[in-house]
Amino acid sequence: MITIDNLHKSFGGVEVLRGASLEIQDGEVVALIGPSGEGKSVLLKHVAGLMRPDSGRIVFNGKDIFGLGHAELMSLRSRFGFLFQNGALFDSLTVFDNVAFPLREKTRLGEKDIREKVLAELKQVGLTGAEDKYPSQLSGGMAKRAALARALVGSPQIMLFDEPTTGLDPIIVHSIHALIASTHKRFGFSGIVVSHAIPGIFAYVQKVAVLYGGVIRFVGTPKEIFETDDVVVRNFIQGSLPAETFPSREQAPPQSKANELQERAL
Amino acid sequence: MGNQADRWLLTPIRGLGRVPLSVISNMGRMGIFLVQALFFTFAPPLKFFRLLKQIKFIGFDSLLVIVLTGAFTGMVLGFQGFYTLSRVGSTALLGPMVALALLRELGPVMAALMVTGRAGSAVTAELGIMRITEQIDALEILGLSPFRYLVVPNLLAALICLPLLTAIFNVIGILGGYLIGCKLLGVNGGTYFGSMSDYMGMKDVLIGLYKSICFGGIIAWVCCHKGYTAGFGAEGVSKATTQAVVLSSVLILVCDYLLTSVLF
Repeated sequence: MITIDNLHKSFGGVEVLRGASLEIQDGEVVALIGPSGEGKSVLLKHVAGLMRPDSGRIVFNGKDIFGLGHAELMSLRSRFGFLFQNGALFDSLTVFDNVAFPLREKTRLGEKDIREKVLAELKQVGLTGAEDKYPSQLSGGMAKRAALARALVGSPQIMLFDEPTTGLDPIIVHSIHALIASTHKRFGFSGIVVSHAIPGIFAYVQKVAVLYGGVIRFVGTPKEIFETDDVVVRNFIQGSLPAETFPSREQAPPQSKANELQERAL
Repeated sequence: MGNQADRWLLTPIRGLGRVPLSVISNMGRMGIFLVQALFFTFAPPLKFFRLLKQIKFIGFDSLLVIVLTGAFTGMVLGFQGFYTLSRVGSTALLGPMVALALLRELGPVMAALMVTGRAGSAVTAELGIMRITEQIDALEILGLSPFRYLVVPNLLAALICLPLLTAIFNVIGILGGYLIGCKLLGVNGGTYFGSMSDYMGMKDVLIGLYKSICFGGIIAWVCCHKGYTAGFGAEGVSKATTQAVVLSSVLILVCDYLLTSVLF
């Protein structure tokens, strides 16, 4: 279980996180949504230990990750997978070498086993035949898939996705969502997905958290978020969905098109 | 009104303190970076293939620029030395003069400045781009130390390559001086080389060696630090690269003065 406890973080006097708290149970994937610039990626980087908070704790399996020594933190991070917004593939390595990199550096597998594992992972993400390409030769969707393969090849316990579908066309967005859902089924990882792809993301997450004003304003199931009384959250969701998808409560007919769309999303 | 007057008066005074505070905190950050780099240098495992790659990049790929600048520096020294020495009738001392100037001073400094411009700036740009595209974060997430993968190989490669490049610079420079002094201006070739051993000792060679090792460390330290801590976007990388070249060059010259005054 991961517990984010009262996290505060400022940049140059601007307080981005003002006591954000959230719990992620084992095997649970949480969608972290909220307006742009609210600090969702910052919160995600804190969970990965890439940033240190001004105050607050992140507890993973009973240990505060900011109290860990360098070696312990490095060991902990081996259990994390992180899909960066732009993939963050090593641009001097081919797709194959990028995916093989964690296996070569962190395991004692032979080159033959590594090859088998990497090719299998690339097949899973639909990148068979692209193993000799460099990141600069990949499209946005392919780069995300390659980065996902690299993040998953070490069978992580925790997966963190930083806007995995930003800048991609709707078909690729759908396929990335399907890929995350299927890999979650396969690996059973816990995870946080920072995304603006609403309601697509609700199809495979167990919980939704809304970061607003530096705090987690809402936590609930995807179904509950559509029923919340919190005006800010409702407005945000309404802004994210087409108008006919989420009419105001007073106007909503019992079996509206909105319900259909919501049910499809859930 | 009073508050406004206070602001007008106090703001410049507060501003006075901001510059030294920023300089001191930057120096502190650079110091911590160096300690971390040294720690990972002596903590195994060493990324050997990455080290070889950086030796090729910093050392072998710099050969052309070192040979060219070494040759022209030696040739200029040949002309200037001959002109100066001919005024006091001592052109026979052209060889030791060229060699001493190169070994003790110009070789280490010029080679270091050339490597800063060619390889140091590229190292900063590479690390800067890796920083802004989150590749350094990706290394950390994989549980791997960016220092071990990116900083240590550059540091060791610079420490190994700088003395070798300086030696090549010196040899080419001495040959350049010979070309001008002996082939063009008529100084006896035997005297040019023979008098070198009379006026030079191992100490002169060692001074140059110590300097080049220090300069190698400075280049790797400053250039890696600037790249590693580059700001956002293309502007951040370009700023970091400029700062790396300027700061390395200044520190090389300051360090050269300090070492010269200690080892004189």
